Amino acid sequence: MALSKVWVFAEAAEGKPTSLTLELLTKAREFGGAVEAFLPGDGAEVAAALGEYGATKIYAFATDGTLVGAAGAASLAQLVEAESPDLIIFPMTYDGRDVMGRLSARIDRPTVTDGIDITVSDEGAGDTVNVIKGIFGGTKIVTTSFTGDKPALAGIRPKSFTAEASGGGAAEVVAAPSVDVGRAGNAKVTDRHVEEQIGPKLEDAAVVVSGGRGLGAAENYALVEDLAKLLKGAAGASRAIVDAGWVPYSHQVGQTGKTVKPKVYIACGISGATQHLVGMKNSDNIVAINKDPDAPIFGIADLGIVGDVHKVVPKLIEALKARG
Amino acid sequence: MNILVCVKQIPDPATPGELDESTKTLKRDGKLILDESDSYGVEMALQLVEAAGGGEVTLFSMAPNDETSGLRTALAMGAEKAILVSDEALHGSDALSTAKVIAKAVERAGAVDLVMTATESTDGYTGTIPAQVAELLGWPSLTFAKHIEVGDGSVTIQRQTEAGYDVVTSDLPAVVSVTAGVVEPRYPSFKGIMAAKNKPVDTVKAGDLGLDAASVGWAGARQDITSIEPAPERQAGEKIEDEGDAHERVVAFLEQLKVI
Repeated sequence: MALSKVWVFAEAAEGKPTSLTLELLTKAREFGGAVEAFLPGDGAEVAAALGEYGATKIYAFATDGTLVGAAGAASLAQLVEAESPDLIIFPMTYDGRDVMGRLSARIDRPTVTDGIDITVSDEGAGDTVNVIKGIFGGTKIVTTSFTGDKPALAGIRPKSFTAEASGGGAAEVVAAPSVDVGRAGNAKVTDRHVEEQIGPKLEDAAVVVSGGRGLGAAENYALVEDLAKLLKGAAGASRAIVDAGWVPYSHQVGQTGKTVKPKVYIACGISGATQHLVGMKNSDNIVAINKDPDAPIFGIADLGIVGDVHKVVPKLIEALKARG
Repeated sequence: MNILVCVKQIPDPATPGELDESTKTLKRDGKLILDESDSYGVEMALQLVEAAGGGEVTLFSMAPNDETSGLRTALAMGAEKAILVSDEALHGSDALSTAKVIAKAVERAGAVDLVMTATESTDGYTGTIPAQVAELLGWPSLTFAKHIEVGDGSVTIQRQTEAGYDVVTSDLPAVVSVTAGVVEPRYPSFKGIMAAKNKPVDTVKAGDLGLDAASVGWAGARQDITSIEPAPERQAGEKIEDEGDAHERVVAFLEQLKVI
C-alpha cells in the first residue's frame, strides 16, 4: 500500500511556508513515495523549510501579478503529464481551491474536497486513494474512493494533521513551466490590503475567544477582544455576526471561515450552529457562555456557563486583570 | 450587462440532512429551497444589471424532478428567466460533472457577460465549481469576492485573502464567485412573487446541451462512496447556572489548564 509520488500544493507567506503546507507535507510522507511540492512564489526562500518536512523537490511557479488559478493550473497540468504523480494534495485555501478546480477541468479528473484525512487501500486492483470527510456538520464521516485514472486530487481542511518535521535536507528547486493560458489568465491583482494583525493569528493561537449573536450589538465585541488580549489569544466570531457586519470576515470561525484547534476555545454568546461547530469542535478544551440552556454549544462544551455574557464576561475580565 | 447566476435548490438546512442508503447521495427528493448562499449572487447581479442600465439576470439550476420552488424565490427577487437542467442521467454528478453542465448552459444562454456563483453550496460543499466552470469556458475567474464593481467591459472585485483582501480586475466575460455578505439580499415582494409564477423556465435535458452521458452523473464522477459512519461524539462536561460567580469557575478552569 504505497504511492510512488505524492505532490502537495504548497503556499508561503512572508518567506515562510504556511502551517497548513507543513501539515500536508507531513501527511504526504505516510504513503512511502517521493514527496514533492508545487509552490507559487520563490522556491529558494522555503527550500530548507519544506525539505525539513519531507519535500525533496519544489516546482516553483513564478507568479506575475495575476491570480494564480489559471496559469498555475496550466503549469501543474504540464508537470502532471510529464511526471505522473499518484496524488496531489491541495489545501482548502483561496488559491488552493482555484488551482485545484482549474486543474481538475483541464486534465479531466474529479476532485474530492473538504477532506479531513487521506488513506490508501489495496483492493486487488492497485492502490486506491480514499478521502475522508465530515458531512452534516461533521456528525457523519464519509469515505470516498477515487476509481478513475491518476492523479487523485484531494482538498484538505486546515488542522486535519499535526505537522512534524522529518529532518530532511533542503529541497531541490526546479522552475515550473510557464504556459500561455490566453484570456483565462486575465485576472490581475492590482492592489493588496493587509488587515492589521494584533496578537497571534486565529489559526495559531493557544486561546481563542469568539463572539456570536448573543453579544447583542457590534460594540459589545470589544468584550471578546479584551478577553482574548488578556489571555494572549485571538478573537474569533460566528458567521452570524460577520454577515451582520459587526466584525471582518477574517475573524470568522466555522465551515466557511477558519478552522481552529486551540488549547482553549471560549464561546461567548454563540449558540453553536453546525456551521460554527465544524470550525472549532476539535479544540482541546471548550468553554461556552450562553443564556439559552438548550444551546447546542453546551453539547460539546467541557465547561458550560448558562448565563448572560454581558454579566459573566466583564467579571471574568476584571478577575483576570486583578491577577495582574 | 447580462448575468447568469448559478443557484442551487437544496433541502432546507434547518431539517437534518439524510443520505439515500442505496446510492449514498444526499436525499434531494423532498421540497427544495433556494440555497441562502446563492441569494447574495442573485441580489448582486440584479444591482449590477440595474447600475449598467440594461440587460437581464438569467438563473441556472440543476435539480431532480423538474424542481423549481427555489428558482421561483430567485425569480421573485427580480431575475428575468431561468434555465433548469433536470435529468435522471445527471444523478450522482460530482463537482466537475456539474461544472460541465453549467459551462454548456452558459453557451446555450448566449451573450453572457458574467457568470456568478456562491463560493460553495450549503449542502454539498465542494467549493471548486467556479474555477472549474471558468476553466471549461476559457474565461478568467475572480473568486471569493466581497465587493464587486463593473465598469466599461471590465469587472473589479475585492477578493478575500488570508491576510485581508486583494483588488482583482479582468475584462469580460468572466466568472465571479461571491462570499456571503457581499450585499444584503432583498426579500421578494408580493408583486415579485406573483410575477415569478409566469416567468419563463427553460427546462432542458443533458442531451439538449450536447453533453455525453458518460461524462456526467455517476459515470462521470469516477468516485465511490465506500463508507458512511457516525462521527465519534464529543462528550459534554460540566454545565452550571450563573449565580453571579460563574466567572470564578472559568478562572479555575483556565488555571487548571495552565493557560493563566
